[in-house]
Amino acid sequence: MSSSTLDYSPLGLSHSEFDLICEKLGREPNPLELAMFGVMWSEHCSYKNSKALLKTLPTGGSSILQGPGENAGIVDIGEGLAVVMKVESHNHPSAVEPYQGAATGVGGIIRDIFTMGARPIALLNSLRFGELDKARTRYLFENVVKGIGDYGNCMGIPTVAGEIYFDDHYTGNPLVNAMCVGIMRHEEVKYARAKGIGNPVMLVGATTGRDGMGGAAFASVELTEQSLERKSAVQVGDPFMEKLLLEACIELFKTDAVVAIQDLGAAGLTSSCCEMASRGKSGIWIELSCIPLREEAMTPVEIMLSESQERMLVVVKRGREKEVGAIFEKWGLSGTVIGEVTDDGLLTVLERGKVVASLPARLLADDAPVYTRESTRPAYLESVGRFDLLESEDMNIEETLIALLERPTIAGKEWVYSQYDHMVRTSTVTGPGSDAAVIRIRGTDRAIALTIDGNGSYCYLDPFMGAAIAVAEAARNLVCSGARPLAITDGLNFGNPEKREIYWQFKETIAGLTAACDVLETPVISGNVSFYNETETGAIFPTPIVGMVGVIEDISKVTGSFFINEGDVILLLGENTNELGGSEYLRMLTGRTIGECPTIDLEREKRVQRLCLEAIGRRLLDSAHDCSEGGLAVALSECCFGKGLGAKIELNDTLPIDALLFGEAQSRIVVSLKESKLDSLLELAGEFGVPARILGRVGSDELKIDVWGREVLSAPVGELEARWRGAIECAMRS
Amino acid sequence: MVFPGSNCDLDAYQAILESGEEASYVWHMEKSLEGFDAVILPGGFSYGDYLRCGAIARFSPIMASVRKMAENGRPVLGICNGFQILTEAGLLPGVLLRNRDLKFICKNVYLRVESTMSPFTKALESGSVLKIPIAHGDGNYFVDGETLRSLEENGQVIFRYCSADGEVSPQFNPNGSISNIAGVSNARGNVLGMMPHPERVCEEITGGTDGLLLFKSMISFLKGGMAGELVNS
Repeated sequence: MSSSTLDYSPLGLSHSEFDLICEKLGREPNPLELAMFGVMWSEHCSYKNSKALLKTLPTGGSSILQGPGENAGIVDIGEGLAVVMKVESHNHPSAVEPYQGAATGVGGIIRDIFTMGARPIALLNSLRFGELDKARTRYLFENVVKGIGDYGNCMGIPTVAGEIYFDDHYTGNPLVNAMCVGIMRHEEVKYARAKGIGNPVMLVGATTGRDGMGGAAFASVELTEQSLERKSAVQVGDPFMEKLLLEACIELFKTDAVVAIQDLGAAGLTSSCCEMASRGKSGIWIELSCIPLREEAMTPVEIMLSESQERMLVVVKRGREKEVGAIFEKWGLSGTVIGEVTDDGLLTVLERGKVVASLPARLLADDAPVYTRESTRPAYLESVGRFDLLESEDMNIEETLIALLERPTIAGKEWVYSQYDHMVRTSTVTGPGSDAAVIRIRGTDRAIALTIDGNGSYCYLDPFMGAAIAVAEAARNLVCSGARPLAITDGLNFGNPEKREIYWQFKETIAGLTAACDVLETPVISGNVSFYNETETGAIFPTPIVGMVGVIEDISKVTGSFFINEGDVILLLGENTNELGGSEYLRMLTGRTIGECPTIDLEREKRVQRLCLEAIGRRLLDSAHDCSEGGLAVALSECCFGKGLGAKIELNDTLPIDALLFGEAQSRIVVSLKESKLDSLLELAGEFGVPARILGRVGSDELKIDVWGREVLSAPVGELEARWRGAIECAMRS
Repeated sequence: MVFPGSNCDLDAYQAILESGEEASYVWHMEKSLEGFDAVILPGGFSYGDYLRCGAIARFSPIMASVRKMAENGRPVLGICNGFQILTEAGLLPGVLLRNRDLKFICKNVYLRVESTMSPFTKALESGSVLKIPIAHGDGNYFVDGETLRSLEENGQVIFRYCSADGEVSPQFNPNGSISNIAGVSNARGNVLGMMPHPERVCEEITGGTDGLLLFKSMISFLKGGMAGELVNS
């Protein structure tokens, strides 16, 4: 069979994959069929390099209504309500065409949410760029932010939280992970399972053009110089069209005419048709001449592979086509019947009645080969652990702190989130700039808290530990707002998995996520894998991103991260330890990611989190803030920035001063509370077995820190805050 | 009023409920506003802001009735994109250009009440300061010098961007709008367009209640039988 004249390698298929296709079909595929295999069996659509390991992630739990496998996961939040959520990457498109790449990333994830029957209520994003001293980075950053903003703003969905890191490892291959969260009643869920022989299949929304051709395959190879020419592989977004599509679908869901619905994302019509048929254990035929096109003379391959945005495939009950059509017409959209559900298990493509492709839907959608790759512990790990620092005794703490506060990774992100409408829908209780966003649920006393987290530096030094920390930190952020963590969606960004060292990183990451999700009881309900994030200069840091949702049953208990009362006592829940590895402080001093990844003891983490949540539940705390990048000194500074209240801190730990102030030891939360509640908190901490130590008091407009009785910092909060707040804007002007 | 692409319709609706009154959504294809006392054109991106913000929505069938409401002296409020639609429809003077720094801006700003010649400010004190958020990319208000003078003389400048203490100066102007203008009315005073979003600050839990004051003012104006001329105090 390998004597075939068909050229499959440009489609990304290997020799053995081609042979497998021929064997399963009992014949050679024709060129259109081969192209369909090319996209469906790409890494992007088939997860062939990740599937085996992803299966080991914990995905079940008493509140999980839908785990991975549908367009998005669903978790119960009580009172008959459910949250739908998913994160997805749009890295390659954003590297080439940042504005459209980021915008369509947002558009795609929004469709994944409302296709489940939910109303999207919040957007989050996680971004990685190179350092801002490069013009190309500033261009990418500026346009990614604009793309995200323009799409979400137009949709009227608030962008409520996000995170951004800057490091040279992302210079040529930025990461853009977008997350969307929706809400619905349990009974409103819609599935993407084509059922009911003879039911019409409708294509609704935008027309089909040549944009985004082969985007799935493009996302499944490394980026090269030539990739920059591949702008045609990037889709073009139209948020207005998507807004109409959203409102039309939500109106449609109020009827009972919908059998199944799925959005058209990567691999366009090919994937949506075969996936719906495969999930429904049915077949589908479609007629190409029925598909509304926006360009002339499109070939069957182009139509089947087009990734034109803002389209949905809907299976409706037979006889209800007119009613459905009228709803789309009201919103100025076309809803066209393009085919029917069958029972033959085939995806059959017709062109004016003539069969041009006929493939088993399951083979195409689900039966791509699954690879377990060879893995090797990366060689670089031998040398990154060691570092020598100059004597830190005479370090100027104030200068160091200000320099850290001005690091774009740590600095205030207002330049970014002021470009996002984070208030529309008037339910944002806590917006961007806090540990977690809080969204109230109208008609109830409840709220949900949302966060997105990940630290590629930690994962570079130890992917197991780094991945576990990502889950722990996300949960810690939610707990600080008063929410009980429920579930995660994971965005896994890596280099080329065919390389042993990269596969090792991936394997360790999955193990770390699994360990943390198990202990913290936050299963994975949806996610995305993005491989091949490499350029000629190497791979990105292994970067798992964790999006997490939690529930707050009594909205009056929502807690902020800032000090709010003069005279409050400040405490640290958890312990300061001598861990400087992987810190932003070390990166600032050495320009490198070095040292040992901070360790995390998941059981201890869980106790700290439970204590914090219980204390908030008993209304003991006035504020709670997670201690993360930049360490204790940065965390304390951030606590002062909200209301401009200062603090007087005394530290007596027997640690090197740099590790004490700037180390990023895990499982620490800075809280403030009224003196009258101190005894109750200390008692509670004792019950939970968590060290709780008084750090000082809220007051004045200066942040003062004494270490071993010596004043090491005394700076006006206003000055620290101005430097922190202005750093990114300043970098973008240069 | 719901146009294709409106997205602050829910928020405006909720704000009226929060003010203790009833409200209904009216789809832009409808023709009648029979039975309504006042109209809100909400924010959003009608027709995706294609061509120009508000340029297509002004041709919607419902706009004839909006015009009639305006002529009859009924309160008509255009917020953000609604403001843009009202200027495109000629119900308010001036235009809204791209923001000075060409970026969308979403943040809280302070507004000084410049005139109480509007149902929405009638119950407020002239010179008082409100904290209300903006969220727009095209809020840079512009009129020619002569029109500006007449707006000022007639008390049609309703809100100006200012500091927390009420100081109006260029540094508190978020978008470059002429003379720090955040909201203007028609000559009669009953039609108000403003870029900031009062409907977003009607509950403490979502950031304040300063916006509620505008809606309550409108309601007391209506309950007083629209009594008394709208005069600048």
